[in-house]
Amino acid sequence: MTEEKHVLTMLVDNKPGVLSRVVGLFSGRGFNIDSLCVAETMDPLISRITIVTKSSLAEMEQIEKQLNKLINVIKLRTVSGPRSVQREMAIIYVMAKNGQRSEVLRIVDIFRGKVIDVGPEHFIIEVTGNDEKLNAIINLLRPMGIKKLAKTGTLALFR
Amino acid sequence: MKTNKEDKMLTGAQILMEILKSEGVDTIFGYPGGAVIDIYDELERTDIRHILVRHEQGAVHAADGYSRASGRVGVCLVTSGPGATNTVTGIASAYMDSIPVVILTGQVPTHLIGNDAFQEVDIVGITRSCTKHNYLVTKVEDLAEALKEAFYLARSGRPGPVLVDLPKDVIKATTAFKLPAEVNLKSYKPTYNPNLWQLQKIISLIGEAERPVIFAGGGVILSKGSNELTEFARKAVIPVTTSLMGLGSFPASDPLWLGMIGMHGTYRANMSVGDCDLLIAIGVRFDDRVTGKTDSFAKNAKIIHIDIDPTSIRKNIPVSVPVVGDCRISLEHLNRMFDEANLGDLFQKRENWLNRIKIWKDKNPLCYEQKDIIKPQYVIDTLFKLTKGDAIITTEVGQNQMWTAQYYHFDKPGHFITSGGLGCMGFGLPAAIGAQIACPDQLVVDIAGDGSIQMNIQEMATAVQYRLPIKIVILNNGYLGMVRQWQELFYCKRYSCTTMECSPDFVKLAEAYGALGLRATKPEEVISVLTEGLNSDKTVIMEFLVEKEENVYPMVPAEAPITEMLLV
Ligand SMILES: Cc1ncc(C[n+]2csc(CCOP(=O)(O)OP(=O)(O)O)c2C)c(N)n1
Ligand SMILES: [Mg+2]
Repeated sequence: MTEEKHVLTMLVDNKPGVLSRVVGLFSGRGFNIDSLCVAETMDPLISRITIVTKSSLAEMEQIEKQLNKLINVIKLRTVSGPRSVQREMAIIYVMAKNGQRSEVLRIVDIFRGKVIDVGPEHFIIEVTGNDEKLNAIINLLRPMGIKKLAKTGTLALFR
Repeated sequence: MKTNKEDKMLTGAQILMEILKSEGVDTIFGYPGGAVIDIYDELERTDIRHILVRHEQGAVHAADGYSRASGRVGVCLVTSGPGATNTVTGIASAYMDSIPVVILTGQVPTHLIGNDAFQEVDIVGITRSCTKHNYLVTKVEDLAEALKEAFYLARSGRPGPVLVDLPKDVIKATTAFKLPAEVNLKSYKPTYNPNLWQLQKIISLIGEAERPVIFAGGGVILSKGSNELTEFARKAVIPVTTSLMGLGSFPASDPLWLGMIGMHGTYRANMSVGDCDLLIAIGVRFDDRVTGKTDSFAKNAKIIHIDIDPTSIRKNIPVSVPVVGDCRISLEHLNRMFDEANLGDLFQKRENWLNRIKIWKDKNPLCYEQKDIIKPQYVIDTLFKLTKGDAIITTEVGQNQMWTAQYYHFDKPGHFITSGGLGCMGFGLPAAIGAQIACPDQLVVDIAGDGSIQMNIQEMATAVQYRLPIKIVILNNGYLGMVRQWQELFYCKRYSCTTMECSPDFVKLAEAYGALGLRATKPEEVISVLTEGLNSDKTVIMEFLVEKEENVYPMVPAEAPITEMLLV
């Protein structure tokens, strides 16, 4: 069966062990997690977890049902379509020797990134966007030498 | 929780007792230790009966058996660390079979949690995937609510085990107590009431069907829907098969009964499901031991699936009409809708179908031939006749379990108690203890294998201590028979490590525990041993030296279609 990327967002009780229940469900039942974000919402009793998973539609149906079955999952939605917004942030440690520094800065500028650290032979860049945008900038910077990369994983909301 | 002046000041242990009383708990199964000594101290001052098992696994199985025989929530209480880890197998078994059990575990004081303290284990972490839910209570103020929720979750929706971990300081601390109001969890609202449109579709499909079959499971028993199921099958003239967990949900004495489905199901049940054009599955989860190869399962049928747990639906088998709802409530609606629909003379319409099933039945009935060595089937057959099918039967796991399912015919729910989903050897004896405590006036029999019985044999002491007249039938074939059967059939008879050598003398063992021990070595002795054993008011072990290499048939090889059975 063909696997597709799905973005799940859920509100959960902000209690110890809840994240472990969610993650344990994925590992225990052989579902995969591509990325995961979790933080408190405006209501300190509730957290939001966003998970990106690659799965077939049948598997996705089980994932949703199983998550809904967890006592601490209050509300669950899959996020897709034009009414959704999705963002991810990356911090990229890219080599920038003499002769390449302006090229790097130009790329950063095009992607509305920010330089957050400068060294004689590198920049650290912060950039935010959807999947595609982050992949695009990473691909452009790759030839200069990306030494380290940290990504937050996708966050998503409906408008 | 806000405190009022009128609220009583109680310790954690006292609060626990208040909640147990409010839940109507009169019996708990347990084993003490340092972390729960304060709870035991408080327990002494209540009317709650404590059954001291000999191993914590036994406590959970006993609570499980108690629950299945009584329809109530079973409760166990154990200490931290090893006491808690010993419960895990019992919890997993209850989880797989959706049995409501509340497990109370002691825990080290909160300030020591995470320190690798003496007898500390993260039991909440360990049991997260085999409980319906679990709690670590870190403040005495949260205790009453957590306990109330635990009972509510255990018995509502699709039932299951819930564990509450109780640190020692929480148990000793004091707070103002008020009994929490009804539990209301915004993230947990089981769907009891089915969608009536979906049910209406079922009625029209039944009207169209030529060859319908009902496939019922443990969900019917758990929802107490057996009468409704029986009414429905009879008036819609639909033959019924069940999973192992569903045995007793439909009377085995009814002409519409097909026998059990699956790996060791009857020929006619498996063939009927293979051939049916409408399969009405109620309270089942399409376990692989039921479906065999899923692609060929009921491949000519539209499949209807009614279950309270949405995850059961379309997990293993695609269905045409999914219905999320309580089995009993759904069946009540179906019975009413059926009456309103007036589908004409169904007896006539089903004649061909019922005849075809009759031919299957006559062609390959369940059978055995009793010659000069005792056949295990004969023992169960005789037990069935002598008890008139009225006993509560628990089983161990293996051939003994499958022969019981085949040869003891259950007319009522709550009479067949077995570890279905986990298939856990050592279940039967402690489960029989729990069942006997729930039903003191009924005959309770554990049908065991020589291997399994040794897995929780220590519970003999519990049975004798509480004068429980349970009867243990050991079908001694000198083998881990079910595994040996696989080795015989699929591994060229290489009996690797399946001979059970050096089993104890079970008669003497019974006597050593203060029970009665009897043995039958010849077919002629079977009736007399069973009669003597069943008539005794003591705990009894009856050992039957049976045909060593007898196999359970029919058998569907793993992953084969269920219509492709090995027959005797
Ligand atoms: C705790 C546990 N360990 C291992 C098994 C695997 N197993 C399934 S049936 C069986 C043989 C059981 O032997 P016995 O109790 O003598 O029953 P028989 O099949 O001979 O009737 C075994 C080892 C199991 N089901 N449970
Ligand atoms: Mg055996």
